[in-house]
Amino acid sequence: MDSVIEVKQVSKYFGKKVALNNVNLSLCNSESLTLFGPNGAGKSTLLKIMSTLLHPSAGDVTICGISIHDDKPSIRKYIGIISHDSFLYGNLTAEENLFFYGKLYGVKNLKNRVDELLEKFNLTIHRDTLVRTFSRGMSQRLAIARAIIHDPAIIFLDEPYTGLDPQASDSLTNILFGFHQDKKTMIITTHDLEKGWTTATKIAILACGEIRLLEDKSNIKKENISEIYLNCIKTK
Amino acid sequence: MVNKYFYRTYLFLLGITFLMIEASLYYIFILAPVEETMGIIQKIFYFHVASAWLSFFAFFVVFVSSIIFLWKKEKIWDIIARSSAEIGLIFCTIVLITGPIWARPIWNAWWSWDARLTTTLILWMIYMAYIFIRPFTENEIKGAKAAAVFGIIGFLDVPIVYMSIRWWRTIHPQAVLNSKSGGLDPVMLKTLFISIIGFTFLYLLVIILNVSIYLVKDEIENRS
Amino acid sequence: MKNYFEIVWAIINKDLISELRTKETISSIIIFTVLVFVIFNFTFEPGASYINEIAPGILWVAYIFASVLGLNRTFLPERENNCISGLMLTPIDRGAIYLAKMLGNIIFIFIVVGLSLPIFTIFYNINIFPFLPKLLLVFFLSIAGIAGLGTALSAMAVNTKTREIMLPILLFPLMVPLILAAVKTTGSILQGKSFSEISGWLKLLTAFDIIFITVPYLTFEYLIEE
Repeated sequence: MDSVIEVKQVSKYFGKKVALNNVNLSLCNSESLTLFGPNGAGKSTLLKIMSTLLHPSAGDVTICGISIHDDKPSIRKYIGIISHDSFLYGNLTAEENLFFYGKLYGVKNLKNRVDELLEKFNLTIHRDTLVRTFSRGMSQRLAIARAIIHDPAIIFLDEPYTGLDPQASDSLTNILFGFHQDKKTMIITTHDLEKGWTTATKIAILACGEIRLLEDKSNIKKENISEIYLNCIKTK
Repeated sequence: MVNKYFYRTYLFLLGITFLMIEASLYYIFILAPVEETMGIIQKIFYFHVASAWLSFFAFFVVFVSSIIFLWKKEKIWDIIARSSAEIGLIFCTIVLITGPIWARPIWNAWWSWDARLTTTLILWMIYMAYIFIRPFTENEIKGAKAAAVFGIIGFLDVPIVYMSIRWWRTIHPQAVLNSKSGGLDPVMLKTLFISIIGFTFLYLLVIILNVSIYLVKDEIENRS
Repeated sequence: MKNYFEIVWAIINKDLISELRTKETISSIIIFTVLVFVIFNFTFEPGASYINEIAPGILWVAYIFASVLGLNRTFLPERENNCISGLMLTPIDRGAIYLAKMLGNIIFIFIVVGLSLPIFTIFYNINIFPFLPKLLLVFFLSIAGIAGLGTALSAMAVNTKTREIMLPILLFPLMVPLILAAVKTTGSILQGKSFSEISGWLKLLTAFDIIFITVPYLTFEYLIEE
């Protein structure tokens, strides 16, 4: 199988601090990787590098066969990102936010796409409401709609469960299953073992900037995951 | 980076600079004639012009290394740009101090909005701002890039500043200091020439030191 | 090409909608500009004959201070919810962001000028209206220069700890030629002089605009990328 995401020997230094140390990772189409790791392990840095926001100090990332050293704009079209920041403009309405990002991604039939997404995420009645009046759950749903406005093949989710109430986080899990059915390739970072486990097909553990574990979920028993996790994040 | 090769270059430059500065001092104070109208104070002219030349040269180095830094993304060019700006700023300060001292008898004031002096003041402010960028930027890499862009923009601005200030002065005509034109004594010219060369070597010596200080500092930070 | 300008317009439009919805910045800046007019008025005798000569200077000092306040806000909306990252994740050219922000600033400063200029003519008793077409060109060239340079520098200043004061420190020394040209051309036009008499200054303004829009446009990605 061809790999959609290929991370080869990526390292990142911030001055003297090593954020990522020789990270290798490879994901095939419609796989869903959950990347566990404590705070400061380098999860966000890795996602930022894969999504072209940061440039690695060493190594290469190829997304759908394109290297980040060659053509960042093309890679950006394949990727949708859901972060703990919503990337939404508070003084714009839900609809205006989606139209704005849709135009920047060059989405065809934008009007239909926006209607479809608002419908899908139960935001149609709020389409003309200013985003700054939205609840956390609503802006999370709109942020997801924003991230997939251009129907990306790959979706990155950086700590998506942070700050959500149980209801909102259940609905997020359902959305993720939906992505899975649509054959999207996903990477989710979290330190919540329970929630990260549900939607994964592959598990990775990142600690101190190193990949300590990379396995298919079928090879790991759910009961053991917390023990494995604790072993992996112990500093060597 | 800081190795044996560096020390040899350093010692070589130290020797040449010492000789050239001694030679220029000898020329300035012994050989060059005392100017008739201005008297002994005119001797400051040799330091003044040499410093002015150096500050322009230093800022030109900032401009060129900033472009190379953005292009190649190698840290050494950022360090060269930063070192050169610091030295340029010091020489620019010397220009701003020696100018008024030299011209005070003519202007009858410590400051006149003479085109060249005013341009130098603006130049000083531009490069002061340049030096401000790095320590105040939260992210070190962003600070270096911002400084590089500013170094390019700032240098391109200098000729426009000079032109605009000259036009501004001609609209309000005023007796402008013009004593050094009209046939400089050949010995004076030679003296000026030697002091400029001496100062240029001084610049090379100081920039090598400054760059190596930043390199060592970098190495220490990376080790710990 | 068409797509490129659609993107630029989308960003300008987004910023304008957002600003006009709250009117926070624009209303406070107009009040500030009028205050500068009033305060300067106290620095000389009422009805003094030299007012006509110093008025262009006062006008431009007010507009440059006002512009700095506006320019400082250029990238602030993008900090909310980390929108700047959202923007950087889209496949658009970084130069398009610069163009959009710069054009947005030109529009913004023009709105401030348009609303405060009538007040200036009343307070300083200078009838500018016969000279308006000529002044418009000078205003456009000057404001384009302020916005061209100011947009790039505000992208630098937004990453600093002291961004409010950093922008004028970076901007003012570089803007000396522009300030001189703006004041001189405005003064000459108000004295009824023709363009041919101030052609040197107009050329200088044009050169300033070309250089300080092109260079930031080309280097903007270095300022904004991490």
